[in-house]
Amino acid sequence: MATKPQVNINEDYDRLYGFHVPERSVFKAEPGLDETKVKQISGMKGEPAWMLEQRLRGYRHFMRKPMPTWANTDLLNSIKFDSIYYYLKPTAKQGESWEDVPAEIKETFDRLGIPEAERKFLAGVSAQYESESVYHSMHEDLQKQGVIFLDMDSALKEQPELVRRYFGTIIPPADNKFAALNTSVWSGGSFIYVPKGVRVGMPLQAYFRINAKNMGQFERTLIIADEGAEVTYIEGCTAPTYSSDSLHSAVVELIALPHAKIRYVTIQNWSKNVYNLVTKRAVAHEGATVEWLDGNLGSKLTMKYPGVYLMGRGARGEVLSVAFAGSGQHQDAGAKMIHAAPDTASVITSKSISKGDGRTSYRGLVKVHAGAERAKSTVRCDALMLNEESRSDTYPTMEIDEQRVQIGHEATVSKIGDEQLFYAMSRGLTEPEAMMMIVNGFIEPFVKELPLEYAVELNRLVQLEMEGAVG
Amino acid sequence: MTKESPMTHPLLAVEDLHVAVEGKEILKGLALAVNAGEVHALMGPNGSGKSTLSFCLMGHPKYAVTAGRIRYRGEELDGLSPDARAKRGMFLAFQYPTAIPGVTIANFLRAALRGVRGGDVPVKEFRQTVKTHLKALGIPDAFVNRYVNDGFSGGEKKRLEILQMAVLNPALAVLDETDSGLDIDALKTVAAGINALRTPERGILLITHYQRLLNYIRPDRVHVMVDGRIARSGGAELALELEAKGYEGFKPAIEPASV
Repeated sequence: MATKPQVNINEDYDRLYGFHVPERSVFKAEPGLDETKVKQISGMKGEPAWMLEQRLRGYRHFMRKPMPTWANTDLLNSIKFDSIYYYLKPTAKQGESWEDVPAEIKETFDRLGIPEAERKFLAGVSAQYESESVYHSMHEDLQKQGVIFLDMDSALKEQPELVRRYFGTIIPPADNKFAALNTSVWSGGSFIYVPKGVRVGMPLQAYFRINAKNMGQFERTLIIADEGAEVTYIEGCTAPTYSSDSLHSAVVELIALPHAKIRYVTIQNWSKNVYNLVTKRAVAHEGATVEWLDGNLGSKLTMKYPGVYLMGRGARGEVLSVAFAGSGQHQDAGAKMIHAAPDTASVITSKSISKGDGRTSYRGLVKVHAGAERAKSTVRCDALMLNEESRSDTYPTMEIDEQRVQIGHEATVSKIGDEQLFYAMSRGLTEPEAMMMIVNGFIEPFVKELPLEYAVELNRLVQLEMEGAVG
Repeated sequence: MTKESPMTHPLLAVEDLHVAVEGKEILKGLALAVNAGEVHALMGPNGSGKSTLSFCLMGHPKYAVTAGRIRYRGEELDGLSPDARAKRGMFLAFQYPTAIPGVTIANFLRAALRGVRGGDVPVKEFRQTVKTHLKALGIPDAFVNRYVNDGFSGGEKKRLEILQMAVLNPALAVLDETDSGLDIDALKTVAAGINALRTPERGILLITHYQRLLNYIRPDRVHVMVDGRIARSGGAELALELEAKGYEGFKPAIEPASV
């Protein structure tokens, strides 16, 4: 057989991200979940009574709610909730400089390039390891402008009123089974408040790292941009490659007050043994904009549908996502746009690539409530399949209860075309070069929106290898 | 008249070429020779096999050579991939160029130039080369920031083909119906672009359905292709005869295939 080129995603994962260091903890709860454990976590954190109440509500909803019967029931039903470690505290205290962080944890983040990125182009960094934030910093000038960037646990202590006012208002404990689970055992995550009119020029970043086996990571993030404020937040995540499964179930709530702008960027690159079941939702008030840029490369199963509730006149929501599913992976991702006010606009662009026996699904909802006159929504889903075995499905839902609207939906599914390959090769590109060029072109609309450093990283993750003939 | 090639071999020699597409024979013993410095026009009605010849010359995997051969500078091409042919100096301007969304013309040209040269191209030199050719073709600089053929008009696509030809500087260029779908102004621009690329080192095979392109580019030789073979060859005047008689006039002259 002739040599056949293959586009590879994350071929280097084990070397670059899949490593682990010896486990360390100052406290590790027994695996499995019950009410006592929920109280134990809350007690160790010294939380106010209302938060314990919230956690217990979450716990009860989690126990009561059935598993979703859609997306991928086989994978969902194989989650072993009893063998998951729900809380692991790696260090006694959070570092404000990398020197304060325990050596092997610092080494991990060094290998992942976090301190380097921080020096180069970030306004603030939070690094979470297992259940807790182990490092946190923010530029001084942002502090002076009143920007608050804390890990969620610290925020609950230092900004109790703000947290209580907004926590769980966008995603209540009963929202869905995994949001309920997060509410009951949440730990870490980011809290950001940007005061009126303040524009944070450089991105704030959080990096989430799982190191231990069978770990459950349940960070909770809440971002509030006050009137006219602007902020970009970037999150990245990786984990070691293990044969047993880990669970990542975050809840992210964004509040964009009138004329504010929030851009939330995710580069999800969990190892293939991580279930990534995340609830992300935003509210955009009058004239506000919320953009979700969502890149999903890793995990065993991802279920994630970032949403924007467009509550005020002229609010705008956008979801731009790219998903890669290699063998053994299912990326079930999409978006939700709820138009609840006149002159609101939404754009959903979903790009997915599948190879091997990988599966990508787009699952989306556009809802226009009565009275949301002149609402506009555009949905575009493009799927690229790199071989015959891979699979791609589209599940778009539109619920339009208003007459005066403009709604567009377009979906394409394609294989890398022989004609495209021939065209590029006739110009002197080898077959692998031509394939890479076509794939990179396909994800370009996403990549070009990323800060340069991330764009380079993403292009590097999508690589190529020659599948050689035997002998 | 055919000039004497400076080399022992013609630039392109097609000998008794038979080509099948999905089992159906399209080319049935085609012969053709193009020397460096010559412009040949290959004319023929729809379905005569013109595009099959162009794809086959460039090594499209769907087009199987069942008999005969193509030699380029004396080397038999059968089995060579399209990129290997491009690296040897061959170029095909497509009748229907393919879109590659997300890939800018600048990036595409750079990768192509790297490919045909077999090595990196200094940024400065690359920019200068592209700028020069853009100017010569009357294309604004911003054009190269667009994605390859993505949402292009017919004229834009054809101009991009000529731009690529100019930048890649091939020894043999096959232009497949580069005139089709162009209005008269676009046709003149494209023809001027091709004339500018007419050099003593380069051979050009113009594939066209209509005579009108030949009002602007005077060929050294004209071949009339009917049903997978060359029915007649001659000088530039043959195109005019064809214009007057139409392709019908050439059909009775064809001998049955001597297999």
